[in-house]
Amino acid sequence: MADLAHSPVDADHGGASRRDFLLLTAGALGGIGAAIAIWPFIDSLNPARDTLALSTTEVDLAPIQVGQRLTIAWRGKPVFIDHRPPEEIKAAQAIDISTLRDPQKDSDRVKKPEWLVVVGVCTHLGCIPLGNKLGDDRGPFGGWFCPCHGSIYDTSARIRQGPAPLNLFVPPYEFTSDTAIKIG
Amino acid sequence: MAAPPSGAPAGALAGEPAGGLSRLVRWIDYRLPFVASLDHHLINYPTPRNLSYWWNFGSLAGITLVIMIVTGVVLAMHYTPEATLAFDSVERIMRDVNYGWLIRYIHMNGGSMFFAIVYIHLFRGLYYGSYKYPRELLWILGVIILLLMIATAFMGYVLPWGQMSYWAATVITNLFSAIPVFGQDIVTLLWGGFTVGNPTLNRFFSLHYLLPFIIVAVVGLHLLALHQHGSNNPLGIDKRGPQDTIPFHPYYTVKDCFGLCVFLLVFAILVFYLPNMLSSADNYIPANPMVTPNHIVPEWYLLPYYAILRSITFDFLGIPSKLLGVVLSMGSIILLFLVPWLDTSPVRSARFRPIWRWFAMLLPLDLIALGYVGSQPPAGFVVTLGQIATAYYYIHFLILMPLIGKLETPRPLPISIAAAVLGPRVASAAGGE
Amino acid sequence: MARPLFALVWVTLLWLTNPALAEEPPPPPAALHPPHQEWSFEGVFGTYDRAALQRGFQVYKEVCSACHPVKHLYFRDLTEIGYTEDEVKGIAAQIQVTDGPNDSGEMYQRPGRPSDPIPGPFANDQAARAANNGALPPDLSLITKAREGGEDYVYAILTGFKDAPAGFKMNPNMNFDPYFPGHQIAMPPPLNPDQVKFADGTPASVLQMAHDVVTFLSWAAEPTLEQRHRIGFKVILFLIVATGVFYAAKRKIWSRVH
Repeated sequence: MADLAHSPVDADHGGASRRDFLLLTAGALGGIGAAIAIWPFIDSLNPARDTLALSTTEVDLAPIQVGQRLTIAWRGKPVFIDHRPPEEIKAAQAIDISTLRDPQKDSDRVKKPEWLVVVGVCTHLGCIPLGNKLGDDRGPFGGWFCPCHGSIYDTSARIRQGPAPLNLFVPPYEFTSDTAIKIG
Repeated sequence: MAAPPSGAPAGALAGEPAGGLSRLVRWIDYRLPFVASLDHHLINYPTPRNLSYWWNFGSLAGITLVIMIVTGVVLAMHYTPEATLAFDSVERIMRDVNYGWLIRYIHMNGGSMFFAIVYIHLFRGLYYGSYKYPRELLWILGVIILLLMIATAFMGYVLPWGQMSYWAATVITNLFSAIPVFGQDIVTLLWGGFTVGNPTLNRFFSLHYLLPFIIVAVVGLHLLALHQHGSNNPLGIDKRGPQDTIPFHPYYTVKDCFGLCVFLLVFAILVFYLPNMLSSADNYIPANPMVTPNHIVPEWYLLPYYAILRSITFDFLGIPSKLLGVVLSMGSIILLFLVPWLDTSPVRSARFRPIWRWFAMLLPLDLIALGYVGSQPPAGFVVTLGQIATAYYYIHFLILMPLIGKLETPRPLPISIAAAVLGPRVASAAGGE
Repeated sequence: MARPLFALVWVTLLWLTNPALAEEPPPPPAALHPPHQEWSFEGVFGTYDRAALQRGFQVYKEVCSACHPVKHLYFRDLTEIGYTEDEVKGIAAQIQVTDGPNDSGEMYQRPGRPSDPIPGPFANDQAARAANNGALPPDLSLITKAREGGEDYVYAILTGFKDAPAGFKMNPNMNFDPYFPGHQIAMPPPLNPDQVKFADGTPASVLQMAHDVVTFLSWAAEPTLEQRHRIGFKVILFLIVATGVFYAAKRKIWSRVH
C-alpha cells in the first residue's frame, strides 16, 4: 500500500489544520443532522393527537342524585363518581387515619366532600372493584369490594382489608362549575 | 477477564500500556472479528483510485434501504392492515401521529428515490461492464435485489387501500391468469378470495414487512461478492497493484458523504415541497370495487414493464397476446440475468467500445420512452412507440449485445489505472513498491 | 383530462379479463383544463390565510355539509384555523352526534365534543345516494388531493356551472359544468350570491365563497402543510450548507492523490 502519510500537503500546516477544521465541521454537521433526524421517529411513538384529545373528560354532575354512583371512562379506565350522602361522608371522616394501610385524610381526597372521584382500578392487580352499580356488593365499609382477591375499600375508597397496598387513585380533576368537573 | 489461552495475541493482558478501549476491542475481536472486519472492508479497503460519481449510487442504495426499513417499521406501528380500516389508519398517520406526515412522505418518496438510485446503479453496471468476469454473480444478485424491490414496492402500494392500490393489485394479480391451465387457480390462491380483498391486503402487509429483510440478506451477499474482487472502475481494467488503489477511508467515505448530501437535498425537496408529485391523485380516494379509475397507472418505476405488457396487442404463433405480453414484460427483467453471457466483448468499459457506447446510451432513452408509453392511455401513436421501444429493448440485449461485442474493434486500453490517472512516469515511479 | 380515452383503458381492462367483451362506448367529452388561481398557501413560504379558512368553514357548514361529509376532520382540528378551544367546544356542542349503545343497548344522540369527528349528513352511502338521485356526494376531507388539478380544479367546478350549449344532450338530473369530465355533474350549482353572511363582513360573492371554501378544503386535505414547509426550509438550508462543507472536505482530502 503506497504510504500516503508523507504526501506534500502534510508539510503545509496551514493546509492540514484547515483540513482538520473542515473535517471537524463536516463531522459535526453529520452528527447534528443525524440527531435532529432521529427525533421525529421517537416523537411519533408519543401519544398521537387523537389519543391526547381523549386525555380529558368532562362530566356533568347535575343528573347524579345524592347517593348515586356513576362510572365514566377516562383514558381507557373506569372512574367512579360518588355523590356521597351525609352518612358516607361522616363514615369517611370519622376514622383514625393512623390505622389505615395507606393513611390519607378524607379531606385530602376530595375537593367537595359530597363528591368522591376515584379511578376504579384496584391497586392490587388491576381488577375493577364492585360497588358502583345498584345492587353491587359494597363490602362491610359501604365503599367498594374487589371480587378478584377480596380487597375492601371504604367510603373514601381507601383500602381497609385485603391485599391491595394503596387507596384507589384520585385522578387530577377540577370543578369547571358547581355541577361539572373536568378530569385529566 | 479470564486468562486467555496461550494463542492469545501478545500484550493482550501483559500490562501493555494500552487504553481500556483498545483492550476491549482486542477482547471482542479475538472472539468475533468485528473491528478487524470494519477495518478490512470499510477503512483500509483498497479501492480503485479512479472511481467516478457514478460509483456513489451503490452506497446511496444501501442507505435508502435503511431509510425505507426504519420509516416502514415506524409506520407499521400505526397502520391497520384491514380493508375497512387501512385508508383511515393512513390518514390518522398523516393528521394525528406526531410527525406521521413526515414519516409517511419519506417512505412514499423514498420508494421512488430507491428505484431511481438502483436504476442509475444498474445502468452504470451496464455501461462499464461491471457484470463481466469475475463479477457475474455480483450482477445476478443485483438483479435478484431488483426483483425483490419490485415485489416489495408493488405490495407496499396496495397497503393504503386507495383506488389505485386496489385496481393496480387487481390488474397485476390478474396477469397470472395468463398462465395456461392453472392460471385462474393461481390468481385465486394469490387473492385468497374471488377478488382482491381483505385477505389479499393482509398477506401483502405480511410479505411487504418480510421482503425488505430478505433484500438486506441478498445485499449482504451482493457486498460479499463485490469484495471478492473489489469494485470495477470507469476504465474497466483490473487493478495491477497498490498504486492503482487508495484506501476506502477517507477518500470514498468523504465522497460518499458528499454524494449523500446531494441525494438528501433532492429527497428533501421532494418530501417537503413536492410530496405528491410522483403519485396518482386517485390514491387519495378510498378503494371502491365497483368503480374503476379512468387510467390505471402504476408508479413511475414500473411504467416500462407496464408499457411492454400492453404493447403486445396481437397473438403470435398461437400464443394469446395476453400471455405474450406477460412473458415479454417479466422477460425484460429475467433477460438481465443473462447479460454477463450475452455480452461477447473482451473489453468491459464502454469508454473503449466506440460503437457499443452509443447503444449503451440509447438503452436508457429507450426505457424513458417505454416509461412515457406506460403513463399514457394505450391509443394511436403511443401504442406504436411502445412496440418499437419494446422491440429495441429485446434487440439490444439479444442481438446487438452479442453481435457488436464480436464485430467491434475496441480502442486500446490503458496500461494500468495508475497510468491513466496519474500519468505514466508517476505511475511507474510509485509502482515499484 | 384524458377522459376521452377512458373507453380504451376500460376496453384494455375488459379485454385483459375477458377478450370477448371488447365493445367501445363513445368517448365522453374532455374536461376543460382548470385555470390557475392564486392561493395563499402556494410557494415555498405559503401559509393558509386564517380568515379565509374560517370563512371557508362557514361555507362548508352552511352549504356543503348538507350533502358532503368530511369524515377525517375532527372538531378539535378547528383550533388550527383560528378558533379558540371554547369556540370549538361551542361549535361541536351545536351539532348532535350518535353515541352508544347505552345500557339498554340503544344508540342515542348527544351534543358533540371536540374529540368527535365532524359528523356527515348521511348514515351511510346508500342513504346518501337515495337522497341524491343515486349519486354519491364524495367525502371532501381529501378532495383537493384526490383530483387532478387539485384546488384549481375544485374552484373551477364550483364557479364553472353554466347552461348547456345548444345541441348538448343532458342526462336527467344532471348539470352542465365544462370543467367536470364528461361535462355533466350530478351536483346542482351549490353557490349563490350572498348565500352566506360572513362573520367578518366580507361580501359573499360566488367567487369569494368558492375561493374561501377551497382554501378550507385544501387545509382539510393537508393540515400539516405549514409545518412541513417550515421544517423543510430549515432542512434544505442545513443540507445546502452540509453539501458545501462535505464538498470542500472531499476536495481537500482528494487533493492528496490528485
